[in-house]
Amino acid sequence: MWHGRDVISILDFDKSELEELFDHADYMLKALSSGRLRRSLEGRIVSLAFFEPSTRTRMSFESAAKRLGADTIGFTGEEAISVAKGENLGDTVRMLDAYSDLIVIRHRFEGAALYAAQVAENPVINGGDGRQHHPTQAMLDLFTVRRLLGEIDGLTYGVLGDLRYGRAASSFILALTRYKPKRVYLIAPRPLRIRDEVRLILDDKSMPYTEEESLEDVIGELDVLYVTRIQKERFPDPEEYERVRGSYKVTPEVLKNARRHLKILHPLPRVDEIDPRVDFYRENAAYFTQARYGIPLRMALLDLILRGGD
Amino acid sequence: MGSIPSRPIKEGEDRLLVNKIKDGTVIDHIPAGKALTVLRILGADKPRGNRVAVVMNAESRKMGRKDIVKLEGIYPHREDLDKIALIAPEATINIIKDYTVKEKRRASIPKEINGILKCINPTCITRQEREHVKPRFKTISVEPLLIQCIYCGSLIRLRDIESLLIK
Repeated sequence: MWHGRDVISILDFDKSELEELFDHADYMLKALSSGRLRRSLEGRIVSLAFFEPSTRTRMSFESAAKRLGADTIGFTGEEAISVAKGENLGDTVRMLDAYSDLIVIRHRFEGAALYAAQVAENPVINGGDGRQHHPTQAMLDLFTVRRLLGEIDGLTYGVLGDLRYGRAASSFILALTRYKPKRVYLIAPRPLRIRDEVRLILDDKSMPYTEEESLEDVIGELDVLYVTRIQKERFPDPEEYERVRGSYKVTPEVLKNARRHLKILHPLPRVDEIDPRVDFYRENAAYFTQARYGIPLRMALLDLILRGGD
Repeated sequence: MGSIPSRPIKEGEDRLLVNKIKDGTVIDHIPAGKALTVLRILGADKPRGNRVAVVMNAESRKMGRKDIVKLEGIYPHREDLDKIALIAPEATINIIKDYTVKEKRRASIPKEINGILKCINPTCITRQEREHVKPRFKTISVEPLLIQCIYCGSLIRLRDIESLLIK
């Protein structure tokens, strides 16, 4: 099911495929902690083509590939490569395709990963294209929920922050359409609500969702709170930003009304949307665990795509 | 643009008449105000081109008001008809040979629209000149018109189409 596939959007995969991935990630996690890891990708080369700056996603892919014995080549930022000399994306991808067995690409333009997949013969994984997709982040987010709460279906989710321009938030929301959440609260100031194309899919899948402007109104119902950053530059009026800023901050005070088992996720890096005191508040903070799960998840993904698993 | 002056245009009770053409194409049921866009799509708005007649704001039982264009010696290509369908989804296209209708077609919006529209999103990969990626869209709904870029997912509605047509 996974062998040789491209990973462009989370919507390319159904629930059974995602569950197969998570089962394989469970296996990788166990192998990592027991120290009995097979170098199943020995001799393979993974290209990390990060046209946009990235540390976490790139290093997490690099670590995942190396743990399985693969080598990595690549770059971060356009200035490091021929793009700075005027080379186009198609030519860069053709070159990397010849040098390696798989390409992970991050690019600032929406659709760049799909185009790369059309050009390349080997599989392409989207590590983030503009504001659009970040499928491997959504995969590790769901994997974290499954690990920590035992299931993904039947839970109440809150997604907080910039739902319009943030690709991690959009991908997480779209990923939930592959499952059966009890309800999804989309909590954002009006200018940062979900895009029409995301709403179209939620409506088409009959997702039970509600658009909210206040976290405090719904915090008591949530099993999972997914927090993303609100960027100042998204607001035409700085005063408007200052007005909404405080109401989207997660603090121990806000969490007083939360359920004890609530898990707070964040794709990181965070700035000030989660108060550092929350890191130690009850056992709600799950974002560092979530970041750690990025490794076994991406190991499982590379192994399934390059070898088919087993 | 030239009109066809050989016979006078008569105004009836509920319709406006333009004389018949010998060979060419008549496009009827164009939404009122869109006739000139249709001519632009067909490249029939140039000086010293073929003879063209335009009727604007004609009464129509179905549409209220409509535009009609008659084009002498012009037979639109498939790609042009796809473009016309996007701005005039109800248009009928009559191919005329020797004063009689030889073929009647309806505008139809294809399931996939390739290379005739640019994407509305300036940061879509298809909008980057250096990349030479041909824009492609899928039709989500015909009425009301809604199409989606297969690269960036952006949605495009009828009101945006005209400004996005590739010349």
